[in-house]
Amino acid sequence: MTTKDKTTFIQKLALATPEPIARKARGLSDRALAWLFISPTIILLLAINIFPLLWTIYLSFTNYHANRPNMHVRWIGLRNYERILGREDVWEFMQITAHFVFWTMLLQVLIGFTLALLINRNFKGASFWVTVILIPMMLSPAVVGTFWTYLYQPQTGIFSYIINAFHNFGPIDMIGSVKLAPWAIIIVDTWMWTPYIVLLTLAGLRSIPDYLYEAAEIDRANSWQKFWHITFPRVLPFLMLAVLFRGIENFKMFDMVAELTSGGPGSVTEVVSIALKRAAFESWKTGYASALAIILFVTVFALGNIYVKALNRVKQ
Amino acid sequence: MNKSRNKAFSISESSRRSKVVAGTLVILYALVTMIPLVWIFLTGFKSPPDSIAYPPKVFFTPTLEGYVNLFTTRSRQTPEYIKSLGPPKTWYEELVRKRNMVITGPSRFKDRYMNSLVIGFGSTFLAVFLGTLAAYGFSRFRVPLKDDLLFFILSTRMMPPVAVAIPIYLMYRQLGLTDTWLGMILLYTAVNVSLAVWLLKGFVDEIPREYEEAAVIDGYSRFQAFVKVVLPQMRTGIAATAIFCLIFAWNEYAFALLLTSGTAQTAPPFIPQIIGEGGLDWPAVAAGTTLFLIPIVFFTILLRKQLLRGITFGALRK
Repeated sequence: MTTKDKTTFIQKLALATPEPIARKARGLSDRALAWLFISPTIILLLAINIFPLLWTIYLSFTNYHANRPNMHVRWIGLRNYERILGREDVWEFMQITAHFVFWTMLLQVLIGFTLALLINRNFKGASFWVTVILIPMMLSPAVVGTFWTYLYQPQTGIFSYIINAFHNFGPIDMIGSVKLAPWAIIIVDTWMWTPYIVLLTLAGLRSIPDYLYEAAEIDRANSWQKFWHITFPRVLPFLMLAVLFRGIENFKMFDMVAELTSGGPGSVTEVVSIALKRAAFESWKTGYASALAIILFVTVFALGNIYVKALNRVKQ
Repeated sequence: MNKSRNKAFSISESSRRSKVVAGTLVILYALVTMIPLVWIFLTGFKSPPDSIAYPPKVFFTPTLEGYVNLFTTRSRQTPEYIKSLGPPKTWYEELVRKRNMVITGPSRFKDRYMNSLVIGFGSTFLAVFLGTLAAYGFSRFRVPLKDDLLFFILSTRMMPPVAVAIPIYLMYRQLGLTDTWLGMILLYTAVNVSLAVWLLKGFVDEIPREYEEAAVIDGYSRFQAFVKVVLPQMRTGIAATAIFCLIFAWNEYAFALLLTSGTAQTAPPFIPQIIGEGGLDWPAVAAGTTLFLIPIVFFTILLRKQLLRGITFGALRK
């Protein structure tokens, strides 16, 4: 379809609108039109996000088990919350999640920031290679997790083979070993999401006006001074935005880990979402899992709030 | 503008040598980061023994066995039985019989792929439709509590899917929406509409109001002005938003895993379940992965100019 065809198609569509509706829409005041346009979205979100959320809050105060529909549901007050906050394994998977978030963010910032600085030198063909670099972050995390189990095969996998080409460790069992499994998920996440940091850092670098560097040139600043006084402070908000967003995403990480290690071996890679899935859909402790979900919600919601504020600041 | 930047840098840092060094390092990273994807692509054309050979085989005789296994179910038979069947009628039967197996029927991969397409496109259409209206509403009208509503819309996207899945699971069980196309389409629409609103609002904001005002002066109603003046100018934005929504729905896994099991299951939870004789049939898994990822790679290349916008909810442009 050419541009022109599309325009006429949309116009035809408008003309095809049944007369009563069209007349009504034409006659609507701005205020009514605004609500007509906005309310379907709000209603959908209320039905599929907010109503279930309220239900979760209610369930978190009960002893409900979803696999026992005939069981008498009892109101047990804050007992679920007390149990979660008092139990040691909860702190354990919080620590596992924190470890995952910390190392993925650190590695991705270091690699991503360096890459972005290099890309910004505008070498020939840069835009093509940037596109290549960006591909992993668009893929399905679950499918990525699946095929990395193949790459991570200790005997026959390409990962172990390549590492051994540099230093002979023998077969490397990334997924099966208690020591290495947390790093297995960190490596895959870093492979996948470093491009995110690259993209945002590049945006930051490109937002720096040239005259700052020109002025620095006149002042005879050396490259380190230019980096430290111009580049870094200007890029920092973008970098923090990226870290905040990816931090939230990794805090609730589920797909990739579920397919790669599914929390194992034992529970050394059991991040919060995996623990939640196990409680809700394997042990069927719905009430308990709901309380855990609410705790997760509150945390993510608070971080999300900060994210939006940061977003608005960077935008200005 | 680009030229002046080059100049600014050329005074200070980007000498020709440093450009070559930077380029080499970036290309090196790009090549390393592509190894897993290239490897999976190659594995799809390996025979099962080649896929688990030590050392890993870079050079091998390509075969379509993985793809045949992906699309069929097979059963092992005695050589005598296979001989009694007569010569194989098709190339893929011949391929399967070499391993002492016969094809017993099509696998479920095609159905799962279909489900992914239907749910992906269905939810994308709905999300973009609702998102366009809401984005226009937020961009052009004075809406009470606008910022709060926009934050509310965005915050629904931040919710951890596993946590949302618990009540949705209970709700869908009551409504009979578990494992249905409609249920999944509604759910993905709800998740995607927030992205659609934020992205599209950015695009509407960029269209000067004067165009519509001129149209209104010419006797158009506000609604007509929206349809005839604004919508045509939003085409790029709508297309980019649609692709982002499609990619999300295509890639989604947690809801699909927890809320579908049979009829409406999409490809992501299915691909890991592709199992052959004696463990995972890696070439078949790789073949399924390849077919699943190719559209995404294609769209990523198509979208590269809009990527930054997409991943920051429309806040950052170039």
